[in-house]
Amino acid sequence: MHYSALRILKEGLTGNRGWKPVWREPEPKRRYEIVVVGGGGHGLATAYYLATVHGLTDVAVLEKGWLGSGNVGRNTTIVRSNYLLPGNQPFYELSMKLWEGLEQDFNYNAMVSQRGIINLYHSDAQRDAAVRRGNAMILAGADAVLLDRAALREKCPFLDFDNERFPIQGGLWQPRGGTVRHDAVAWGYGRGADRRGVDLIQNCEVTGFDIRNGVCHGVETTRGAIAANRVAVCVAGSSGRVMGYAGLRLPIESHVLQAFVSEGLKPAVPGVLTFGAGHFYISQSDKGGLVFGGDIDGYNSYAQRGNLPALEHVCEGGMALMPMIGRARVLRIWGGLVDMSMDGSPFIDRTPVEGLFFNGGWNYGGFKATPASGYCYAHLVATGEPHPVAAEMRLDRFQRGAAIDEKGAGAQPNLH
Amino acid sequence: MLIDHPLLGPRDAAEFVILGDASLIDRPDRQAEDAARQFHDYLHLRDNPAGEHRELWFHEQGDRSWLVVTRNTLTHEVLKVELARDVAIARGRDR
Ligand SMILES: Cc1cc2nc3c(=O)[nH]c(=O)nc-3n(C[C@H](O)[C@H](O)[C@H](O)COP(=O)(O)OP(=O)(O)OC[C@H]3O[C@@H](n4cnc5c(N)ncnc54)[C@H](O)[C@@H]3O)c2cc1C
Repeated sequence: MHYSALRILKEGLTGNRGWKPVWREPEPKRRYEIVVVGGGGHGLATAYYLATVHGLTDVAVLEKGWLGSGNVGRNTTIVRSNYLLPGNQPFYELSMKLWEGLEQDFNYNAMVSQRGIINLYHSDAQRDAAVRRGNAMILAGADAVLLDRAALREKCPFLDFDNERFPIQGGLWQPRGGTVRHDAVAWGYGRGADRRGVDLIQNCEVTGFDIRNGVCHGVETTRGAIAANRVAVCVAGSSGRVMGYAGLRLPIESHVLQAFVSEGLKPAVPGVLTFGAGHFYISQSDKGGLVFGGDIDGYNSYAQRGNLPALEHVCEGGMALMPMIGRARVLRIWGGLVDMSMDGSPFIDRTPVEGLFFNGGWNYGGFKATPASGYCYAHLVATGEPHPVAAEMRLDRFQRGAAIDEKGAGAQPNLH
Repeated sequence: MLIDHPLLGPRDAAEFVILGDASLIDRPDRQAEDAARQFHDYLHLRDNPAGEHRELWFHEQGDRSWLVVTRNTLTHEVLKVELARDVAIARGRDR
């Protein structure tokens, strides 16, 4: 069923009796050409682009819970393409361009809102770094504007500009950055893939691979064995666990990242803001809640929940940046499982096992990557060749001395 | 989380910083034939288990000792705490 204003009008006049379930609930077949493991944003986007760009529809997406039960439904919805390094920035800019046309493309309202993102700077050195980053962004076809103190004050008068310790000097603004309704991204891609014949199989956990003589022939699942010529894993926080079934050790650790939402307030925060001197970022949802977060807790975790010291740390950051936040109350807290890589950058690659592909290492920032990740992963799985903008996101890059380390923090996942 | 420090008793985990998997104690031999490969694996690859995990914690805001904490990554339960020095010596390191 195609969604349109006319459709809403028609359904409204006929008692809304014509709406259909958004996707089918098929029984898994015994064999597919391609099996995608993980029904998060990246898995569903991969299936969507396999079908739309490459015409491959003998595809199943296997999800252990319900579609979108992982990080795609737990993140703070920020999208941006303000990276520095050539191995990353063209990829994230492709993602931004895909976001811009996404809703028309998959015929679903994902509430893409380009309300802008501002990364604040607090010292001369940080300003120089912001200029350099802004130039790198512009070179990759993205947009960047350097805001001085006066220009920033006009946009965000509520910031603590004269903070004793970290006075605010200005910010690097990406006007095309913003937020997207996270669940709707999973639903839109899922619906788009289903309409083209992809089977979305929920409550189907992959528990092993059928690997013989170094070739992957399919997967074992809680709903029986399923054969496939190509298996594409994208399970984000569960990467280590799932690839372990294939005997692979990854340059990845699983950590917990928490997010926080306040009660609904009148519009106060324009776009997305990030503190340059502490771990704090914030935006305001369309319902009015302040959506904010900070850094990962820092210890390995598969618990999907964090601890209170991180909450205290994040709220301290918020108070240092915009003291007015002290009047708001935190309503909800949750945690998600993030796949932290050794250089803070992701992988979209083949594996040493033929027919087995891997997509992961998204750290705390894979939501913005969803369209490009699906697009490039589908390209790799369909053609056997990496997409040019993802060509450096390889598993062997540490061996080659080709890490993509935006922060220069080294092989220390909890510092990225 | 509370970490039961072998010398100081139970301490708030917020006093510590964590380095990661305790396998980082087992630094490869730099003279080995395949030292480059060994160091790659040592530095970059992780078992990353869901369940029991041995890891290195540093008591930064305390007595500044290194500990090996055995913790369940599914529940955050701390199961065992040892001085890293004792673990390293038991594994054949000289300190
Ligand atoms: C609190 C928080 C805030 C964040 N904020 C942002 C942000 O503002 N901007 C941004 O860009 N990124 C953000 N992220 C990161 C982003 O959410 C993730 O990087 C991204 O969602 C990961 O890709 P995914 O959507 O495919 O993952 P997921 O949605 O986690 O998908 C993986 C799926 O695999 C399934 N799975 C796991 N094991 C198996 C198995 N054995 N068999 C079958 N299925 C399996 C899981 O159930 C899950 O549904 C945030 C993350 C968190 C936790």
